[in-house]
Amino acid sequence: MSTLQINHLTKSFEPHTIIQDLNLVVNEGEFVSLLGPSGSGKSTIFHLIGGLYEPDQGTILLNGENIIGKKGAISYMPQSPSLFPWRTILENVVLAAELFERPDKRKAKKMLKRAGLHDYIDAYPHQLSGGMQQRVAFVRSLLSPQSFICLDEPFSALDEFTRVDMQKWLLSIWEEERPSVLFVTHNIEEAIFLSDRILVLGERPAKVTEEVHIPFERPRTARLLLSPELLEIKKRIYRILRGS
Amino acid sequence: MIKKSWLPISVIAIMLFIWELSTRIFQIPDWILPAPTVIIQEALNNWPNYSHHIFSTIQLTILGLVMGIVVGLTVAVILHLLPKVREAVYPIMILSQNVPIIVLAPLLVIWFGFGMTPKLLIIILVCFFPIAVATIDGLRQTSPELIHYMKMTGATKQQIFRKLELPHALPAIFSGLKISATYSVMGAVISEWLGANQGIGVYMTLASSSFRTDRVFVAILFIMILCLFFFAIILICEKALIKWRKEG
Repeated sequence: MSTLQINHLTKSFEPHTIIQDLNLVVNEGEFVSLLGPSGSGKSTIFHLIGGLYEPDQGTILLNGENIIGKKGAISYMPQSPSLFPWRTILENVVLAAELFERPDKRKAKKMLKRAGLHDYIDAYPHQLSGGMQQRVAFVRSLLSPQSFICLDEPFSALDEFTRVDMQKWLLSIWEEERPSVLFVTHNIEEAIFLSDRILVLGERPAKVTEEVHIPFERPRTARLLLSPELLEIKKRIYRILRGS
Repeated sequence: MIKKSWLPISVIAIMLFIWELSTRIFQIPDWILPAPTVIIQEALNNWPNYSHHIFSTIQLTILGLVMGIVVGLTVAVILHLLPKVREAVYPIMILSQNVPIIVLAPLLVIWFGFGMTPKLLIIILVCFFPIAVATIDGLRQTSPELIHYMKMTGATKQQIFRKLELPHALPAIFSGLKISATYSVMGAVISEWLGANQGIGVYMTLASSSFRTDRVFVAILFIMILCLFFFAIILICEKALIKWRKEG
């Protein structure tokens, strides 16, 4: 139902070229990661998809439709949870949906329960831990009416233990719902563990230097994180990032 | 709340006690400084003679405060939505607060006569400023992260204002309201000095010109009670509207 296709995307903020000739495709129900060092223009790619900026060149097609400069075409989960402190958890998760339609609170409650948040439905964000807040933010992006989800380094602010928990949790929810996802990260293991495909970005200006297919079957378990196969892929990506 | 209030109450009690004692020991005449008991006696005995002054002031204050709140909020929202206008008007707004009300009041009487208009104008002038400034600051300090999220999600400008900026500014708006509520009574009393036929301001002027210092203190007492009363109303509204506070 949801495919994203980016062709020959170029964007510069004078005098720097941030993105040059970027091409990528996310197919229906696919989990694709953009992996690159900090400052490689990953966030700018999202801002272009989200319609905040317009590219100098290139096209962005969502389900075949041009979405350049069009806001609200994708569902978005930022780096920080960005929950509204005056809204309860339930009110927060329906926020994105509320912008376009009458939100379905029954569905929202069901989803919160499935996400392990049923004790917090009427709590306020400040009563939740960082990891829990990110769960709420992810549920919010699942509940928004757009079926294509962009995740912008959602776990980068969490500690290592919470991070692995969150990755497992995200996988379990994602494998049930199977929305198309474009995931931005600078953590190699995270990208391998979660994705179907990884697009490795080079240093600025950003463009896809290599594409890595992840062959592991789903559903995946945390055991995968310590497997030699994962390590092998990790080594390969390291080499690509080093540029050799 | 009740546990916390015993400290200020006992301080007030001690001060009143010292006051009472010193007026008796040094035999200070009533027209210079009446004892607290004398003031209370006057307040209780003569209630029918001055109560209409109090009610008149309450009426004037409420009317002026409500109008001041409306003007303050309107000005803030307009200036927030039109940043160019804000740049142009903000300094003038601050200047308007630099003109002493005491100086401005007689001018307003010259322009608008002795009716309600100049009195309401004074109260509005006193009240709108704290609200407008607090609201503008509250709206502007909305977290850029949340604004960015709203934009990426496809919120319109109106949705960003209604769902994000306005609720975000609410605590700031209430701190402005609290200041305005306490100022409003002072504004009302000053406006009554100009020439009214009733009100606490009139009662006070009459009392001081006839050296009824005890009555001046009765007026002061009621001004304080009214200030606390309006402050409490704002506090109750705040508690009802802002339930998410960390400390609550």
